[in-house]
Amino acid sequence: MSGTTTATQTATASTATMPAKHFMNAKYGLKSWLLTRDHKRIAVLYLITVTAMFALGGIYAALIRLELLTPGGDFLSADAYNKAFSAHGIIMVFFFLLPSIPAIFGNFLIPIQVGAKDLAFPRINLLSWYLYVIGAALALIAIVAGGVDTGWTFYPPYSSQYSQSHVLLAGLGVFIAGFSSILTGLNFVVTIHKMRAPGMTWFRLPLFVWAHYATSLIMLLGTPVVAITILLLAVERVFGVGIFDPAIGGDPVLFQHLFWFYSHPAVYIMILPAMGVQSELVAAFARRRVFGYSFVAFSSLAIAIIGFVVWGHHMFVSGQSMYAGLVFSILTMLVAIPSAVKAFNWAMTMYKGSISYETPMLYAIGFLGLFVIGGLTGLFLGAMGLDIHLHDTYFVVAHFHYIMVGGAVMGFMGALHFYWPKISGRMYPDAWGRLSALIIFIGFNLTFFPQFIAGYLGMPRRYYMYDTDFHFWNLMSSAGASVLAVGYIMPLFYMAWSWIYGKPAGPNPWNAKGLEWTTQSPPTTFNFDETPIWNEEAYDYDPEESEAEYEKEFGTIN
Amino acid sequence: MWDFPFLPEQASTFAGEVDAFYFALVGVTAFFTIAIYAMIWVFSVRYRRGKKANRSNPPTHNNFLEAVWIVIPLGIALAIFGWSAKIFFDLRTPPQDVMEVHAIGKQWMWKFVNEDGKYEVNELHVPAGRAVQVKMISQDVLHDLYFPAFRTKQDVLPGRYTTLWFEATKPGTYHMFCAEYCGLLHSGMIGKIHVLKPEDYDTWLADVGRSATASGGGSGNAIVDGAQLFEEKVCHTCHKTNQAAIAPSLIGLYGSEETLADGSTVVIDDAYIRESIIDPQAKIVAGYQANMPTYKGQVSEEQIVQLIAYIKSLK
Repeated sequence: MSGTTTATQTATASTATMPAKHFMNAKYGLKSWLLTRDHKRIAVLYLITVTAMFALGGIYAALIRLELLTPGGDFLSADAYNKAFSAHGIIMVFFFLLPSIPAIFGNFLIPIQVGAKDLAFPRINLLSWYLYVIGAALALIAIVAGGVDTGWTFYPPYSSQYSQSHVLLAGLGVFIAGFSSILTGLNFVVTIHKMRAPGMTWFRLPLFVWAHYATSLIMLLGTPVVAITILLLAVERVFGVGIFDPAIGGDPVLFQHLFWFYSHPAVYIMILPAMGVQSELVAAFARRRVFGYSFVAFSSLAIAIIGFVVWGHHMFVSGQSMYAGLVFSILTMLVAIPSAVKAFNWAMTMYKGSISYETPMLYAIGFLGLFVIGGLTGLFLGAMGLDIHLHDTYFVVAHFHYIMVGGAVMGFMGALHFYWPKISGRMYPDAWGRLSALIIFIGFNLTFFPQFIAGYLGMPRRYYMYDTDFHFWNLMSSAGASVLAVGYIMPLFYMAWSWIYGKPAGPNPWNAKGLEWTTQSPPTTFNFDETPIWNEEAYDYDPEESEAEYEKEFGTIN
Repeated sequence: MWDFPFLPEQASTFAGEVDAFYFALVGVTAFFTIAIYAMIWVFSVRYRRGKKANRSNPPTHNNFLEAVWIVIPLGIALAIFGWSAKIFFDLRTPPQDVMEVHAIGKQWMWKFVNEDGKYEVNELHVPAGRAVQVKMISQDVLHDLYFPAFRTKQDVLPGRYTTLWFEATKPGTYHMFCAEYCGLLHSGMIGKIHVLKPEDYDTWLADVGRSATASGGGSGNAIVDGAQLFEEKVCHTCHKTNQAAIAPSLIGLYGSEETLADGSTVVIDDAYIRESIIDPQAKIVAGYQANMPTYKGQVSEEQIVQLIAYIKSLK
């Protein structure tokens, strides 16, 4: 296996040199970055800011796991703990997961993959980044000024009438960052509709683009609802207008309906782009066209559409009607199907493939393995009779981390390792990459699997002290988190190293198909010298040809 | 620390079925996980680059396979839905003859009023083998009463009553948690539920001194406290207990059906009594004037529960 990898790398990278002119050296100076309209530079800006937020969210996760190492409250105070998990949730959801893959890799790749020289609205694209930065800055100010203690869900009447913390400031940050998301979605939709190169028909688009199209629809249609919800919350908190607090004539369940109407689809904003990445990776490393291309493409749309009508499954015990629960439950069962379709198609893509195991492929396999568990445990929670017991326990925490960390973050890491040579023009050391993928996979399972059991045992979430019954599983989880942390820190080092010392990658270090691999790495400012004409089907791989090339170069292993 | 259970105790009539359902889902999860992992494993080994294998005419799609992995998961998902709905309706539909307990959640304690009007704080005693319904309301933010050993929970909201019910099967002491984040000491809003054998429960019920510490300075009995409050708030000047006056008599009222001014009917239950105290104009009984002032902000949820207990006791 290691022979394979080094071989491929040297075969393609040894002869390559860094191009003389590319988007990063097209202009110099801070101003040339902060006022850029180049989608690739904006993607790099996002990469830096979003990664910084991920690191910060990770530090809060470490604080949480340290506190939960023992049943007593011995490391943080109750207040500090509540603020830590709130900061962790707000940062990770709104400032890492939601923008991560779309704003970085979507931004960088969609114009290149469709054969355009930029997104449809380059200035709006830059504006989105500024909105994101302003939103993140406000949330950070709220955290530095003393923190927020409502959890990322901001449930009233606690958030509107009782919390003494900086709810408004954090809410404003989320509100503003929401517009960044809306504008990015708008940009993607228009670009995908209007800017495809000649020959790049809808069914020749990479599935990464399809996934982002579905994601963009949710961003456009869902995000305004959470903006309105936060606004209503602010009106109640500031002016005492009774909207959600029954003491002044409101209804707290109304908030939950509005909040989850966005926040459930938001889960799909996080996972759909990762699914898009998954399709690219499996195809490229199995040297196969993605099995059932149109099923995978349309399942993204199905997820986006059905995902809008399942929000009530967060509210089976909230006091909503039993019959409403029934409807939401059956719709939730339906949304599981397109995800299952994708999982089977990805696995089938490997059949008769010519599979190699460089870092991105290991992340892809990890994604598939964790996503399957994350998705299936979603059925436990969508099943009302069982959700009554599991709701607001660690089972829920484990489930959504399998989706968001096991799914979305694995997708993010896969994309980072796959497209890094395209973005930076240089290769990172693959052995280190594979080691990090392995450590993350093991650390992740050690961290989050025990939480399923603690949850079924009845450990409620958001507890800073807990009964000794749950100690063993929490101890396991905290131990696992330290392994996971190592896995996440490693790429920071070898990626930084490769930025300067890495071998030049050449245009197509993975021998992958698609327009993005026909340009130089890093691409020039306008991506292509002239408008490309695309005559290939998507993923036009041939595993037999790949084998023939391999045999010619290295002989057969057995 | 080295004792690591996988299941909470099974101490209610639901627990067995919920666990069986859980294990069925664990089975489904294991099946699909193994199926996917097996595909990955077999293909990874067989079609590793450089390994001789038949790679001719690799299929790009197969509608039959797609149908298989749409229809089979759909069937399983619908079966899961059906079973879960059955359990859900059982969990949410109490039998006719239930013992009623009131619960008031406030930052950060649980207060209970037993059927005889006695109080408990962060503790609840119930008999085994008898259906118990907890009527809950919050004085402030959202809470959630959770009994893992019974596999049931329900959010506790300010402003309206929600209920949960269970029938405990196994005497013992079990966890009581607040499961909905409620602020600073959320993780301290915990307690114990004691399931007693029926005869022990009767002994416990007969213990006259048991409520004193939990009463918070009152008489130790919600019915007595409610009667006092009824006088303090001068409810009795209009709601004469022995005759119809300018307001309806309350004797024997609880549970009966009244006709309202607009001709509709309403069953006099906790929710109606609470509404009539907080917002008296909302539903006026036919034949009476809408002249009762609101007590909104003047009585706590606990006091409303005391008033309800008192009104209920007027036979």
